[in-house]
Amino acid sequence: MTSNADLHWFARGLRDGIPICMGYFAVSFALGITARGIGMNALQAGLMSLGMVASAGEFAAIVLIQSAAGIFEMITTCIVVNLRYFLMSCSLSQKLSPDLPFIHRFLLPYCITDEIFGLSSAVPGYLNPRYSYGMTIVSVAGWTTGTVLGVLLGNIMPGWAVNALSVSLYGMFLAIIIPPARKDSFIAGLVLISMVTSGLFSILPVLREISGGFKVIILTLLIASGAAFIHPIDTGANDGDEA
Amino acid sequence: MNPGIYLSLLIMCLTVYCIRMLPFLVFRKEITNVWLRSFLYYVPYVTLAVMTFPAIVMATDNIWSGIAALVVGLLAAWFKGDLFFVAVSCCATVFVTGLIF
Repeated sequence: MTSNADLHWFARGLRDGIPICMGYFAVSFALGITARGIGMNALQAGLMSLGMVASAGEFAAIVLIQSAAGIFEMITTCIVVNLRYFLMSCSLSQKLSPDLPFIHRFLLPYCITDEIFGLSSAVPGYLNPRYSYGMTIVSVAGWTTGTVLGVLLGNIMPGWAVNALSVSLYGMFLAIIIPPARKDSFIAGLVLISMVTSGLFSILPVLREISGGFKVIILTLLIASGAAFIHPIDTGANDGDEA
Repeated sequence: MNPGIYLSLLIMCLTVYCIRMLPFLVFRKEITNVWLRSFLYYVPYVTLAVMTFPAIVMATDNIWSGIAALVVGLLAAWFKGDLFFVAVSCCATVFVTGLIF
């Protein structure tokens, strides 16, 4: 059933997963240290990372476990903290070919992280989900291993290494949004406005009290809906889209 | 009531999975509404831009390392665009500036 194109996309996914894996390792190592701090063991923290694959979401999960929260609080907090994935899944659902077997609609959701979503969105035309699967296998391996090692090894990793790895994910984000911005001045303006308002949200009183997850949701809803109103895209089918 | 740690993890993992899965079940056909299509088209750019700045500047111990990583990342993405190259450039910048500051 797998064609050459499928193999090509899967292999490319494995390759593009490497920088994601590096960045995830640094973040999840810190996550593991936090998990150990509240008394979680390596198995629990590893299962959490394998099952959730969400940075802010897992920090929230650790806090919920620490505070011995009830089921209702757990579910509502998870929904709020991870709501941006809902938007990402809505967006990515439009990148799928109508002919794609239904099973992929149950597998792809597991792959929706900021980074894998970003890269999957950036392929021209329809998404071959094997690209996302390749990235997911490599990056979730790094994410889970990092969490487990964070629990087991604590503070052994040198500070300079954590520091250097911590910007890797942001570098990837820039590599996703800047090349299209170079080609399309409207996208460039959109990126600039998004960064400026995001900066304002982190320094202005009241606004800076808003949590990171909520800030992403609010600004995405406001700016993307405004952009869609001002500058609707005119392609009829998905084939012409580049993001 | 608190369900215990493994059950808690299971509940939270399932919740996060459902948040990600529901849109794939709901939007099974291509959306024809132009505004909604445009909105979803712009979502990744806005989301990633918001998540990148100012977080990249705050990510390291030293704000100047973060600013340098942002500038190098922007230049590398503009002129080369390759994902791995841009990510490694940012990491190397933080490492090198860390030696100086």
